[in-house]
Amino acid sequence: MSRFLEVLTIPTESRRNVVAAAVLSMAVASPVAAEKFGLGRPALPEEIAAWDLDVAPDGTGLPAGSGDVFTGEEVFAEKCAVCHGDFAEGVGNWPKLAGGQGTLDHEDPLKTVGSYWPYLSTTWDYVNRSMPFGDAQSLTPDEVYAIVAYILYSNDLVDDDFVLSDATFAEIQLPNADGFILDDRLQAEKHFWTDSPCMENCKDNVEITMRARVLDVTPQEATADEPPAETGDDVLLASAETEAEPEATPEQPEVVALDPELVAKGEKTFKKCKACHQVGEGAKSKTGPVLNGIIGAQAGAAEGFRYSKAMVTAGDAGLVWNEEELAAFLAKPKAYMKGTKMAFAGLKKDADIEAIIAYLQSHSQ
Amino acid sequence: MTDKTHDAKPSRRQFLAGAAAVGAGAVAGGSASAATPDPLITQVQDWASGLGDGVDATPYGLPIQYESDVVRRNVEWLTADTISSINFTPIHALDGTITPQGCAFERHHSGAIELRKEDYRLMINGLVDTPLVFTYADLERFPRENRVYFCECAANSGMEWAGAQLNGAQFTHGMIHNMEYSGVSLRTLLEEAGVKPEGKWVYVEGADASSNGRSIPLEKAMDDVLVAFKANGEALRKEHGYPVRLVVPGWEGNMWVKWLRRVEVMDQPVESREETSKYTDTLANGVSRKWTWEMDAKSVVTSPSPQAPITHGPGPLVITGLAWSGRGAIAGVDVSLDGGKNWQEARLAAPGTDKALTRFYLDINWDGSEMLLQSRARDTSGYVQPTKAQLREVRGLNSIYHNNAIQTWWVKANGEAENVEVS
Repeated sequence: MSRFLEVLTIPTESRRNVVAAAVLSMAVASPVAAEKFGLGRPALPEEIAAWDLDVAPDGTGLPAGSGDVFTGEEVFAEKCAVCHGDFAEGVGNWPKLAGGQGTLDHEDPLKTVGSYWPYLSTTWDYVNRSMPFGDAQSLTPDEVYAIVAYILYSNDLVDDDFVLSDATFAEIQLPNADGFILDDRLQAEKHFWTDSPCMENCKDNVEITMRARVLDVTPQEATADEPPAETGDDVLLASAETEAEPEATPEQPEVVALDPELVAKGEKTFKKCKACHQVGEGAKSKTGPVLNGIIGAQAGAAEGFRYSKAMVTAGDAGLVWNEEELAAFLAKPKAYMKGTKMAFAGLKKDADIEAIIAYLQSHSQ
Repeated sequence: MTDKTHDAKPSRRQFLAGAAAVGAGAVAGGSASAATPDPLITQVQDWASGLGDGVDATPYGLPIQYESDVVRRNVEWLTADTISSINFTPIHALDGTITPQGCAFERHHSGAIELRKEDYRLMINGLVDTPLVFTYADLERFPRENRVYFCECAANSGMEWAGAQLNGAQFTHGMIHNMEYSGVSLRTLLEEAGVKPEGKWVYVEGADASSNGRSIPLEKAMDDVLVAFKANGEALRKEHGYPVRLVVPGWEGNMWVKWLRRVEVMDQPVESREETSKYTDTLANGVSRKWTWEMDAKSVVTSPSPQAPITHGPGPLVITGLAWSGRGAIAGVDVSLDGGKNWQEARLAAPGTDKALTRFYLDINWDGSEMLLQSRARDTSGYVQPTKAQLREVRGLNSIYHNNAIQTWWVKANGEAENVEVS
């Protein structure tokens, strides 16, 4: 170990005396700890186990467990399909997880687990640590195995009786495993290293071949919240006052007395919902329906949103989102309404539910 | 623009309305004579007579209201959601090289989290003699370094692979910022834990729900990587990883893990989602490059540009821009006014420094005719920024990442500029 450290110790002007001393004194084999800063503390095995979850291509790091395609289909429908589609085909701009094989050399290749991802470990690791979006690290190992089995099935890579487990994991080779090369720019782009680039008469002719304005996809610069410079002093002064008072929150125009602190807390808690829902000025239905005016509204009534059958039926039967109903729904969406498309698992704390309802109320007046 | 007292810096909208009039008569070579006395001089103005704000009017200041258009902007159609998305630094409106944190681009995979210093823990584990846990206070007790580096998203200019698309330097080149970081070298922390000889890689991971993680060769980890907690003198902003982020000089921004919580020494790379399914560059034949970590030399003229048109008519004109390289320092920048036919060397505001932004200027006497403005960076490794055609010849159109091609702005006689491609 000491020899290794010496090898790694590249002398630079920024090396500190204390490290230089450490390397020297290691030669006389004094205790390793003595040369260090002695900061931090040893990590406990339980702590390492809690955080060290990554899985390498050879399966190192996989926990014991298993899941089959059918279970995976159910779990996927419940927790993943809202963004990724029932068949892993993707909803809107959310990632497609299936299809695309044979498209990598086409214009706009479709990159999915089946067509592009080189290692199955990556899928398992990512689902396990980062999904579902907004509720990461909530899946059990068996659920992860099942979801990954279903993703493989959606890509026609396994049959419907396949069971993925830590034991069967190594059997699976993804189609594009050999589709990658290491960075070869130093060779393939060697000609970009040139001592004397051309300075004069480098080409005969210069023509414009494409214009951005033709596509017109650039966001507009001027928006309503900018103080327009061409208006008079009054407007400028008014906006100056707004800027000088950062504590003035946007939730001012309240008719019913809402506790501003609770509303603010609700706004924070609402981050859990923001992956799918919008509320406030300019809000639109996205993966979930727009929530402006939701308190007091009939269930399943946001215009243009494709609700689950269950939600539409409940709304037709007269369900109105008052505080009580909404609180019950938010606590356990799937239990409250079997068949809802909302993948969210529910809010565990009553205080969070109360805060979110207050926040939604502030956008319902 | 006679009676507008406050608009030292006209908005683009205003420019579009007024450019023609200005170009038509008022300015000729910058030596116009005044027909009538300027009331801004002859009349006593409010600010010269009354009083301004007292101290503490803004305990932590924001830019003055007249600069409120200089902000980060998002391109909505790019991503499904703003939580896992990116916005762009308003480079067209900045000067110098240091990017203020408040307008430095953001890229999150599951939103910018709020993590208190008191709740912060950094774990070093894996192939080490002693796995360790540090608190924020522990990190502050290690010897500290100050370094200026650019951070560029590998997808910067990624929307331009297939053709000119977004009309503004902010959108074509704004996934970049350049800050002075204060922090501890990762090497110091690794040595504190003691790297075992089998250790060849480190896997670095963030504390947010995306678990963004990347594998970095040990050689780089022991070289210039910083565990940073301050930027431009103040605490990191929430959106840049408060309280602690990784700084991986010269390498793609995705590796600069924010809210850094764990460094694992390994004998192999993890091949995480962000280094396989993303941040790999697909070539025309369908084969993809991986581990394309270095950001190649690149430059862009920030003004004039589509969002920063020429508003003063012919005469003295400052052409300015930024250049950078992940393989070293900028050795020089050439500017072309005619779409790459002829080049002249620009003036560097200061000599290039390692893996940091360099500001360049070309001061010309503009005759008012159209220009096809380009800039071309050269770095200390001998690399010369390629044209789009050269880049496409090697990589095709599907690479998404690492587009460092020469940018062209078509500056018209009225001073407006447009993003174009040229033969």
